[in-house]
Amino acid sequence: MTTWLPICPWTALAPACGVPALLAAEPVALFRTHDDELYAVGNVDPFCGAGVMSRGIVGDRAGEPTVASPMLKQVFSLRTGECLDDPAARLPTFPVRRHDEMVEIAVP
Amino acid sequence: MTRTLVVIGHGMVGHRLVEDLRARDDADEWRVEILAEEVRPAYDRVGLSSYLDGKTAADLSLAGTAFLADPMVRLRLGCGAARIDRATRTVLTTDGTELGYDALVLATGSRPFVPPVPGHDLDGCHVYRTLDDLDGIREAAVAGAPGVVIGGGLLGLEAANALRLLGMRPHVVEMAPRLMPLQVDDGGGRVLAGLVGDLGLALHCGTATDSIVAGPDGRVAGVELGDGSTVETELVVFSAGVRPRDELAEPAGLARAERGGVLVDDRCRTSDERIWAVGECAAVHGRCFGLVAPGYAMADVVVRQLLDLDGAAFPEPDTSTKLKLLGVDVASFGDAHGTADGALDVVYANNAAGTYAKLVLSDDARVLLGGVLVGDASAYATLRPFVGRELPAPPERMLLPAGTGPDAGALPADAIVCSCNNVSKEDITGAITGEALSDVAGVKACTKAGTSCGSCVPMLKTLLGECGVAPSHALCEHFGQSRSELFEIIRATGVATFSELIGKHGRGLGCDICKPAVASILASLGRGHILDGEQAGLQDTNDRFLANMQRNGTYSVVPRVPGGEITPDKLIVLGEVARDFELYTKITGGQRIDLFGARVEQLPLIWRRLVDAGFESGHAYGKALRTVKSCVGTDWCRYGVQDSVAMAIRLELRYRGLRAPHKLKSGVSGCARECAEARSKDFGVIATERGWNLYVGGNGGFTPRHAELLAADLDDEQLIRLVDRFLMFYVRTADRLQRTAAWIESLDGGLEHVRDVVVEDSLGIAAELEAAMRDHVAGYADEWAGVLADPAKLSRFVSFVNAPDAPDPTISFVAERGQPRPGPVVLPMPSIRPDSEEVLA
Ligand code: SRM
Ligand SMILES: Cc1cc2nc3c(=O)[nH]c(=O)nc-3n(C[C@H](O)[C@H](O)[C@H](O)COP(=O)(O)OP(=O)(O)OC[C@H]3O[C@@H](n4cnc5c(N)ncnc54)[C@H](O)[C@@H]3O)c2cc1C
Ligand code: SF4
Ligand code: FES
Repeated sequence: MTTWLPICPWTALAPACGVPALLAAEPVALFRTHDDELYAVGNVDPFCGAGVMSRGIVGDRAGEPTVASPMLKQVFSLRTGECLDDPAARLPTFPVRRHDEMVEIAVP
Repeated sequence: MTRTLVVIGHGMVGHRLVEDLRARDDADEWRVEILAEEVRPAYDRVGLSSYLDGKTAADLSLAGTAFLADPMVRLRLGCGAARIDRATRTVLTTDGTELGYDALVLATGSRPFVPPVPGHDLDGCHVYRTLDDLDGIREAAVAGAPGVVIGGGLLGLEAANALRLLGMRPHVVEMAPRLMPLQVDDGGGRVLAGLVGDLGLALHCGTATDSIVAGPDGRVAGVELGDGSTVETELVVFSAGVRPRDELAEPAGLARAERGGVLVDDRCRTSDERIWAVGECAAVHGRCFGLVAPGYAMADVVVRQLLDLDGAAFPEPDTSTKLKLLGVDVASFGDAHGTADGALDVVYANNAAGTYAKLVLSDDARVLLGGVLVGDASAYATLRPFVGRELPAPPERMLLPAGTGPDAGALPADAIVCSCNNVSKEDITGAITGEALSDVAGVKACTKAGTSCGSCVPMLKTLLGECGVAPSHALCEHFGQSRSELFEIIRATGVATFSELIGKHGRGLGCDICKPAVASILASLGRGHILDGEQAGLQDTNDRFLANMQRNGTYSVVPRVPGGEITPDKLIVLGEVARDFELYTKITGGQRIDLFGARVEQLPLIWRRLVDAGFESGHAYGKALRTVKSCVGTDWCRYGVQDSVAMAIRLELRYRGLRAPHKLKSGVSGCARECAEARSKDFGVIATERGWNLYVGGNGGFTPRHAELLAADLDDEQLIRLVDRFLMFYVRTADRLQRTAAWIESLDGGLEHVRDVVVEDSLGIAAELEAAMRDHVAGYADEWAGVLADPAKLSRFVSFVNAPDAPDPTISFVAERGQPRPGPVVLPMPSIRPDSEEVLA
């Protein structure tokens, strides 16, 4: 059964900006895009091991919503977590939703 | 049925052959086994010298990931061929494996020729052919000491330049009376000798090397020359030509050419119809070629035979060469020595400018046969394709610099534009129109033209223009405009946000290229604190957190120390803050102090302490003014002629916070001894008896540049006014991430144009530029204090939104020399979870 863990109020998220969040097992990067979609991916950049993904620039590549790692600038799909510059790397993704005024992430 | 091709040698030509075969072998007819004696996959040997000039082995590698992962190709590195057995059609490898073949290609290249002078094999003697050779030379080089290169040909001069890059004082010994005897004539050789002599090479032409003498330790101690002199040195590089590596031929019963090389016909076939030879080891009808272009042509000939395609004969090779050494251009093409019957020479020499040009023409002076260019080879790209053809203009007009001479339209369609890769004008224009190419990179990818020596690239640009493709200035996929065009749009329309700009003038959502660029423009125009509202999300992480991100995700903090002058009390505060927050502390190269290892949530606490003590942000994170370095100047220094410290502080306080296309650095020296290294700065100021000299366009970094004089003997106010104008002109018109040197170079007219606009006010915008700078100075506010005063901005400085005080578990430190440094990175395994798409939808 999926448990939805409340993370923060919706108002804590600015459009096209990420914030870091801590789940029991790992750090997560939470994004709200310009059109109010929510995405959550792993916060740890697989290329350098630093927990920085939430501080990357949000944008799109040919329509696909993306975040660029602030460390060495590899671009990842927010939807699938896949690295668009190196298909061998990917970020884990997490189900995320807006529930009333809270943002929640599903933990298995 | 799949057959097996064995290729011996993974050098430039062997690699090209396999790459070409795989690109054209749609039916996977051939499986390829490559034997490579070197431990690395093929690399760009033509560009070998750049390995000592900043390039890495990875930069030079020719084999991409797709090639290395191709299941039809097996590359055995560090494994040579020892013997060929034609009866059983097998190759025995040096590790004892036997490989059967249906077809065999020898691509073993050459080995450097080391003349058998006494002492040639002493410790300290090197050759110049492989990356390993260069590693050996790098290790043996001692800066400031002399080094001797034996051989003054093309490669010898490259080797001499390499020694120079390693800080050595190179000597070149050449038996012939002039340098590059194969490529240039006497007149050209004289100009060349003058130019390289000026650059610090000691030349010994027209003399032989008698012996290499050993010192008491048995290593090289000197070189004895035929003219009786001795050069003391511990490092010798032989560059006296190459010999084809044909040693596999004779034991296998394959014919060798009289002067060496595996003898082949014009289809590159040996006497055994299953065996070919290509590249430098092949002697086509007895003649070897020491250049890559003929080798590539041979590879093409063999691939066509393997796949039963047409056109399989080796064409008359192009032995043109162009080289840029020590900043000296040399080019030689076609019949450079005028050996054809009745050939005429037309010579243009300018000893003052150090340029020499000779064109060799047919007896009626109409057809270009060849030529030599020394000192300025800019006409090479236009001239070379005309070899063997009638010139479209009088010869002297053909020597005018590109752009002012005849255009490429005059070039016949079948003329070869890229001789390295044998690509004609029509191949290129066909690709540009057929594939809708829009830039040089596209032409390179599509035709291979321009991918080897690069000398045809100017011509590729001309051809793009001729096909009606205006050079693209598009910033990225979201904006068709250049940075300077966006600057003008934002300035003229008053647009204040990124979303408004992209909505009206761009497309999509933006990316890590356009967002920071627009953020920088908004900041240059003083449209609010850089973290106001939506702007925060545009900034690179360094700007977003007003600190520099480090490898483990922590930040460094650099307070401004104007001019490098600091009171003992402030120095103590820095020490206390570093101690209390356990920050690694280091003096930077910019005369200030960097505190490393701050976690996001600590930044505001650190700034609070610093701001309270009178510090402010040093913008080490921004594309903005960094430091104005100073020397001690008149106050203390016995040589100083102006107060360099006071001027440096004044400049730093005036331009602090100015957002620019790239970072800006400055320096002020109190006299011509230049202790502040002002000429390595974007704008540098050097004191004179009568005031200040202003230099612009200097930098260190990847391509160091010396700043050049913009104006001399200025008083304080004149200096400030010119710097105001210069910086604002740069901020408005430069490209994203273009430092001042590259910007000046990109302007039509270069520094002269800058001088016209900034000093002479030729565009009539000087007053406007000065007013814009006045606005900047009046609007300056410390960015750190701005965050501390704003709870909304402060709220972003947390480790986790749901656990603001929990330290990030990925960050750890270990101690080194009594200070912290990042602990080892433990790359977490990516957690595999069911995809969340339906929940998201
Ligand atoms: C701290 C410092 C090294 C030191 O300990 O001395 C340093 C550190 C960095 N330099 Fe530097 N550079 C530092 C002086 C220099 C100098 C020397 C100087 O300024 O006198 C140079 C050569 C001079 C020049 O810039 O022309 C220099 C040439 C570069 C370059 C190459 C620039 C170029 O045009 O090629 C980069 C890369 C870039 O900016 O794109 C760079 C980039 C960087 C970055 C920002 C790399 C990064 O993105 O992480 C480093 C981060 C600093 C930090 O985290 O605080 N750094 N860097 C120096 C800070 C000076 C200061 O007080 O602000
Ligand atoms: C410093 C330098 C600058 C140059 N500049 C230019 C230039 O500006 N323009 C130009 O056209 N050319 C230039 N050249 C020449 C150019 O690099 C060569 O013409 C080109 O590399 C020849 O390619 P190749 O494949 O025939 O030989 P190579 O690139 O030498 O490759 C041969 C490979 O075969 C390997 N091999 C040999 N024997 C065996 C064996 N038995 N088993 C397995 N492997 C074996 C060798 O180790 C080597 O890796 C330059 C060369 C040097 C060294
Ligand atoms: S540049 Fe001149 S004034 Fe400045 S410290 Fe050096 S010698 Fe003294
Ligand atoms: S001529 Fe050498 S790359 Fe085109």
